[in-house]
Amino acid sequence: MKPETLLFSKTHEWVHVETDSTGAKVATIGISAFALEALTDLVYIELPKVGRTLKTGEAFGEIESVKAVSDLYSPVDGAVVATHDSLANELESLPSDPYGNGWLVKIKLSDETALQELMDYAAYQKQCAEEGH
Amino acid sequence: MRNIRALQPLFDLAKPGRRATRFPKSDVPEVPLTKLLPATAIAEQPPALPELAEPDVVRHFTNLSTLNMSVDTHFYPLGSCTMKHNPKRNERLASLPGMLDLHPYQPEETLQGMLALLYELQQMLGEIGGLPAVSLQPAAGAQGEFTSLLIASAYFRERGENRTKVLAPDSAHGTNPASAAVAGFTAVTVKSTPQGFVDLADLAAKLDHETAVFMITNPNTLGMFEPNIKRIAEMVHAVGGLLYLDGANMNAILGITRPGDFGADMMHFNCHKTFSGPHGSGGPGAGPIAVTSVLAPYLPAPLVVREDAGYRLDYDRPKSVGRVRSFFGNVGILVRAYCYIRSHGPDGLRRVSENAVLNANYLLARVKHIFPVPQGDRCMHEFVASAAKLKTDKDISAMDIAKRLLDYGFHAPTVYFPPIVREAMMIEPTETESKETLDAFAETLFRITEEPAELLHEAPHTTSISRPDEVRAARQPVMISPPPGSP
Amino acid sequence: MPFLLNTPDDQQAMLAAIGVGSLDELFAMVPADLRLKRDLAIPPALTEIELSAHMAALARANSPAGDQLCFLGGGCYDHFVPAVVDAIAGRAEFYTSYTPYQAEASQGNLQAFFEYQTLISRLTGMEVANASLYDGATAATEAVLMSISATARHRHVVTAASVHPEYRQTLAAYLKNLGVEISTVGTPGGAITPQDLFDAVRDDTACVLVQHPNFFGCLEDVERLAQIAHDKGAMFIVIADPISLGILKRPGDYDADIVVAEGQSLGIPMQFGGPFLGIMACRERLVRRMPGRIAGQTVDRRGKRCWVLTLQTREQHIRREKATSNICTNQGLLALRATVYLALVGPQGLREVAELNLRKAHYARERFASLERFEIVHARPTFKEFVVRDRQGQVENLLADLAARDIFAGVPLGRWYPELADCFLVAVTEKRSRQDIDTLVAALAQSNRKVMVAHA
Repeated sequence: MKPETLLFSKTHEWVHVETDSTGAKVATIGISAFALEALTDLVYIELPKVGRTLKTGEAFGEIESVKAVSDLYSPVDGAVVATHDSLANELESLPSDPYGNGWLVKIKLSDETALQELMDYAAYQKQCAEEGH
Repeated sequence: MRNIRALQPLFDLAKPGRRATRFPKSDVPEVPLTKLLPATAIAEQPPALPELAEPDVVRHFTNLSTLNMSVDTHFYPLGSCTMKHNPKRNERLASLPGMLDLHPYQPEETLQGMLALLYELQQMLGEIGGLPAVSLQPAAGAQGEFTSLLIASAYFRERGENRTKVLAPDSAHGTNPASAAVAGFTAVTVKSTPQGFVDLADLAAKLDHETAVFMITNPNTLGMFEPNIKRIAEMVHAVGGLLYLDGANMNAILGITRPGDFGADMMHFNCHKTFSGPHGSGGPGAGPIAVTSVLAPYLPAPLVVREDAGYRLDYDRPKSVGRVRSFFGNVGILVRAYCYIRSHGPDGLRRVSENAVLNANYLLARVKHIFPVPQGDRCMHEFVASAAKLKTDKDISAMDIAKRLLDYGFHAPTVYFPPIVREAMMIEPTETESKETLDAFAETLFRITEEPAELLHEAPHTTSISRPDEVRAARQPVMISPPPGSP
Repeated sequence: MPFLLNTPDDQQAMLAAIGVGSLDELFAMVPADLRLKRDLAIPPALTEIELSAHMAALARANSPAGDQLCFLGGGCYDHFVPAVVDAIAGRAEFYTSYTPYQAEASQGNLQAFFEYQTLISRLTGMEVANASLYDGATAATEAVLMSISATARHRHVVTAASVHPEYRQTLAAYLKNLGVEISTVGTPGGAITPQDLFDAVRDDTACVLVQHPNFFGCLEDVERLAQIAHDKGAMFIVIADPISLGILKRPGDYDADIVVAEGQSLGIPMQFGGPFLGIMACRERLVRRMPGRIAGQTVDRRGKRCWVLTLQTREQHIRREKATSNICTNQGLLALRATVYLALVGPQGLREVAELNLRKAHYARERFASLERFEIVHARPTFKEFVVRDRQGQVENLLADLAARDIFAGVPLGRWYPELADCFLVAVTEKRSRQDIDTLVAALAQSNRKVMVAHA
């Protein structure tokens, strides 16, 4: 996926919303290239169990480099329907495809209001530029 | 000369049939084992330990020791760790059989010398801290913090107050917020000013009637004495909270000022820092705490008390938080601290701090034109220099400098702490170093900044190993040698 | 002053370089009204000669059990410490170094930690071990905290009266503010009855914490207890005696999830209770919940095998309030002592020392049983300790009387167990000969007469 087609949270998660065969809205969540670059040399990721319900802003897992650890926050409300478990064994490849094979979890939305708080790519880039200084 | 063969893993040196320690044959009547133990409890085979002869063991570990830098061999300016000289007399005196071979449950009548020593140490620490009631029980500074937070919680519980928050500055050691969490409090971070002092506006905004304790390190982790400490104590007390002093940096203020006098209600000492307990590759430490008389009833049990008939361990402390470890405390380290304090007396302790502060300021004065010290021109016992400019100008990082120092025979300073300073190098020379050593260290720092960045990125070049692959160690952790017989 | 190097001339030159006129001026940032305007009220300095004499006098005022006939136990034992242990731990490159954050300057310590972890793993039958915690009590407490976090069961844990009372007090202090209820299974028979444990474990119990051999020296029925814990989804945590593992099954063999131990028995002097060694080992799946430092193997830039501190994101200096524990220091020097001890005794030596403890303790137990005044309280199998009842209820007098004759006969139990106020705990290590045990028994017989006279 191209980042221009995605929505972003202030805490550097990206969101892509699709409608599944039953008509439900499902959000795919990942971490932005900017955040991955800041973390460097990933060594560990912890993802939630399928079935867990999450509220916007709730920590659902964490990602670690050698000397830093970062919580992962849900940008939406809903229930976890899939997790990218094989990622744990291929973390080194995550930064090369953050918006594709780098997805972390899929969440079936219970409420769509949180989506309105998310940024488009241009706004997110602006935030990153400010953080970088 | 390094003996590579002896440095092989212990398990590779082993050979079936070798033995070191042998035990005497049993001299009691022979009884079949199965009469003594149920057969189901007995292991089929002894544990898979390596089989080695005494010369193997001695040579292996002696060679291992030569791969370490240590205070006895090198200048070790590791900030916040107070790597001062460890007096040899303390080692000898703590090893007297009359000290070393005491069992913690011996009758008190047979312990009068030890109890007298520990009682006197309680008294002396209370005087040095300006806080009269002392427990020697905590095993290390972090446990002293935790114990003090338990005391705070017992104190507020008795007063019927439900206080849930513990505040600490963003420059604090990680143990502060971690201790708060383990003690059941919510940890709240208070901002620092660019000079590293507590941001009073942020503190005021975060102090409320749910605040149990504000934990402050003073002198702080930038090596600066908090100018507003009295005001801070008043602010904390005004909302009914307690002020905790993290005593990690007591080496700067012995006999100069006392935590109890600047408003602290509780504190810990790091005996392995301030009072010269050897650091032992990471421990043991000892983290006695001192508190106000109001908080004294909550101290852990037992304490040593003096009565007409002699010294006694007082377990009967109904309001006590209980105990935070087994037995009395890390007595071996406490005995060394006692010897240290008795070797110095009041004048000597003050001169320790004066010279620690003199050495740190001298080194700061020597290096500040190359390594800006964001906090200013003065410090207490340590300072935090920044390599940020070198990083921008020459692509030389604090890590590069730390690693290259090893090549020149200096241990590295603490780097990348505290997190509020970019490319931080936290330098604590201690009082047991000479001007000549400090000069040589400063000159080496200058020389390193003139070296090619590529050379520094690859440093160290002369140590037994080059930079280790930490990513690999964390991604696929190998934490034990593979079992015998495995590929 | 004993350890300062700056001469008056040095001081003047340094002050000039700093740009201040006096030492006092250096402390300008300490507000004047906070300065101590008097000397600290502590005794004046002693020279090395004076301090040595003073310490010798204090030492003489003690009667060290380890120098005499010591039958004291209860978590601290008079085991033999081979000379090599002292020689290696006395090397300043070990004891005056610090935490190996700079791996290139600390390979000796790191390799020793790694070897320690490997030895502990093999001793306990667990996949991983950390590089040590403070002591047995805090290791047991940290293990319980680990189980609470790993099972996400934050309400309830189970232990037993046969676990060291000071370990249980430590656990209670740590859990007090966390809202975790502790159920303590009674052990009137000296060990846990499976039915009692079954009744205590609930669906929301995070762990069962047992000691084996337990505080009374008795063996627990660990295989059945582990099964009961696991049937309810609770973790099974074992406090082991490392010496006993020379003969007893390893906790890994009976399905323990976490094993902790007091490592004092492995070459560490008694020194009035510390510093000792908190041993912790666990299953690999729990390693990210484990507190404390861990050494890991890796390679350097030239591909050479080497060691570093690893998985540091668990620790307080990175994760702060979310760390697995607040512990910072470890007991590195004591872990080194244990490493050297285990390397010296090897598999056969550990088996021998365990058997000696077992056989001598049983001999002593039988001798006690033969005296009319005493009763062996628990019928269960014991390892190196056992509980004795004084039918005359004169425990304090009896022990004081023997101590006056340089025999430390046992640890009175009344402080922790009111129902055992007439009992004491006797421990026998490999250092005690048959003659020592016979001397103890003879002294008890004599004391018997004395107390009778005193009561007449």
